[in-house]
Amino acid sequence: MEQKHTISVLVENHAGVLSRVAGLFSRRGFNIDSLAVGETRNSEVSRITIVVNGDDYTVEQVSKQLNKLVDVIKIKVLDDNEFVGRELLLLKVKATAKQRAEIIQLVDIFRANIVDVSKETVTVEVSADQDKINALTGLLEPFGILETVRTGLVAIQRGSDCVE
Amino acid sequence: MIMSGAQAVVTILEKHGTDVIFGYPGTAISPFYDKLLESSIKHVLVRYEQGAVHAASGYAKTTDKVGVCVATSGPGATNLITGIATAYMDSVPIVAITGQVLTSQLGKDVFQEADITGATAPFCKHNYLVKDVSNLPRIVNEAFILASTGRPGPVLIDIPMDVLKAEVDYLDDFVFDIPGYQYEFEIDKEAINKACKAINKAKKPLIIAGGGIISSGSKEILHKISKEFSIPVTYTLMAKGCLDDTYDLNLGMLGSHGTLVANKAVSQCDVLLVAGGRVGDRSMSNSSGAYLKKTVIHIDIDPAELGKNISVDIGLHGDAKDILMAIYSQLEKINRDKWFENKKTVEALDSNFKVSKGCVDPKDVLTCIASLSDDDAIYTTEVGQNQIWAANLIELLTSNKFVTSGGMGTMGYGLPASVGCKIGNQDKQVIVIEGDGSLQMSLQELGTIMQEDLDIKIVLFNNSSLGMVRELQTLKYDKRYSGVCLTKNPDFIKLFSSYGFAGSRLTNKENIEEQVKKMLSYKGTYLLECVVDKDNPTIYR
Repeated sequence: MEQKHTISVLVENHAGVLSRVAGLFSRRGFNIDSLAVGETRNSEVSRITIVVNGDDYTVEQVSKQLNKLVDVIKIKVLDDNEFVGRELLLLKVKATAKQRAEIIQLVDIFRANIVDVSKETVTVEVSADQDKINALTGLLEPFGILETVRTGLVAIQRGSDCVE
Repeated sequence: MIMSGAQAVVTILEKHGTDVIFGYPGTAISPFYDKLLESSIKHVLVRYEQGAVHAASGYAKTTDKVGVCVATSGPGATNLITGIATAYMDSVPIVAITGQVLTSQLGKDVFQEADITGATAPFCKHNYLVKDVSNLPRIVNEAFILASTGRPGPVLIDIPMDVLKAEVDYLDDFVFDIPGYQYEFEIDKEAINKACKAINKAKKPLIIAGGGIISSGSKEILHKISKEFSIPVTYTLMAKGCLDDTYDLNLGMLGSHGTLVANKAVSQCDVLLVAGGRVGDRSMSNSSGAYLKKTVIHIDIDPAELGKNISVDIGLHGDAKDILMAIYSQLEKINRDKWFENKKTVEALDSNFKVSKGCVDPKDVLTCIASLSDDDAIYTTEVGQNQIWAANLIELLTSNKFVTSGGMGTMGYGLPASVGCKIGNQDKQVIVIEGDGSLQMSLQELGTIMQEDLDIKIVLFNNSSLGMVRELQTLKYDKRYSGVCLTKNPDFIKLFSSYGFAGSRLTNKENIEEQVKKMLSYKGTYLLECVVDKDNPTIYR
């Protein structure tokens, strides 16, 4: 059954590692939903969080093939509901002086922030899971969204378990 | 000790026991070639860079050493790609070294610049672009370990010219430390127990031997398991020679070009032990369902192969030899009713195909060669009908070696590979099975054979066509022959004689034995051109 899987990958922080990982996905025919990279506390190690769409066979192959990359140190397929996942969204929406208050109200309900205001626009920042981000986007749609910028998902396991 | 990057590379090659490298020079790799002059390492100048990788592959497969090849930047490097991909598919340990433009010029599209690490990433076990000379010794050392351990494969090191020239403090104190790479594996005892229980209960067990049997040195233990517990064996193309072909429990090769008995056994067995093979689509396809309704036990050193191509009930990750030894100690001697036929010839060879006048049957030629060649002769093949005939018709002993491009199916592999085989095994007979299509893809390597004064026996099946594709067009395209006719071939014997090689042409059955004897006893490279009927099939119906 096709579904989304979130994979946490620790890699050596070398030039070209990201292209190896991305290249592996394209040539083996795996579909990346989102991908986010950043350094860990150890500057020699980066973490890539990948969301992949596929069945159990696909996710097994993804992790086994990733494991074969010499630069890949560790892989963990995160169990659903066992992790906290967040995406960051920056959203620029049309806002006249009259509409601003209403937008601010919505932003407050979602515990999002206003990070920029101009005469005709408001820019909103929200960090949340995908559903919440989609909900806020939906509510702001009627005002006229000008642009959105969204990161891939980053995820961390709940409780004391770590991928280190 | 302070030395240049180039000198450090040469020093580490020597340290790893490299006695020969195959290559082609150019500007960017020149600092390396300069240092090579003072080394004991022999350099074999090929005629085309692809030949250097294939030669290194033939060398690696017949010497248990890592094959090393060298090329310059840009076109030199890109010409290696097909060879590297071929080695990758067949898990051959190779270190490829390429020169690169100056680090300050990288990414500027300067003369003879190509992103070879980017281009070969899909076909390399690992590759490196070395921008800092202080990393160079560690990287070259790592490359040898990566190439030869675990599932072997090609590793490429791309070295800019300024890095080769720069000075480095060479300390001979390498620590191999790649946190994400392991090559020693614990055996999963529980899984072994499960596998042994399944085999002990089996009424119709069967082993499929893959290339891992050869590369892990498991021929002997395979034979012991088969013989002592009466388990028949079929093999993939990469494992030809894993058992004597005359051994009565050896059912021959399986798959689309395999023997009927082997394929029948695969579908009828109740427990299938796949040992050291990835079970490629030419051997057994998941869609055929041949693996269904049986217990499949799969041994592989690459865990990604377990469950990739066929569904597996018990996966055993590790070195085939270690695992087979562990299995051997737990198997029970059981009297099983014989459930398979062990007539392993390609049955339909007795089909009604009649060879026309002026032609010989590859079957007769290969049978004769197999019976008259040395017990430790090394065979290489090209890709096409010649390869399938060789795989099915040459009866090998475990002391023989069979070197072929299985996964990639690279035409033009056999001739340059034979160069590596011969250079690594000067005292052994090296016999190349050729087709007229494949031969002309690596023809230039005759120059290498001439210059190195090698003694290679070249058996050319000349049917003036690209026989394998022609056969496909016969069977699947209603005999509409498109692009497969080599209507104007050169006179190969004259061509070979211009290189100083002897040769003769076989056009009738009566002369086969005499001509084969003449070829095998001749001192030097010899072409035996066998004129073959265009319609002579590999698949018999």
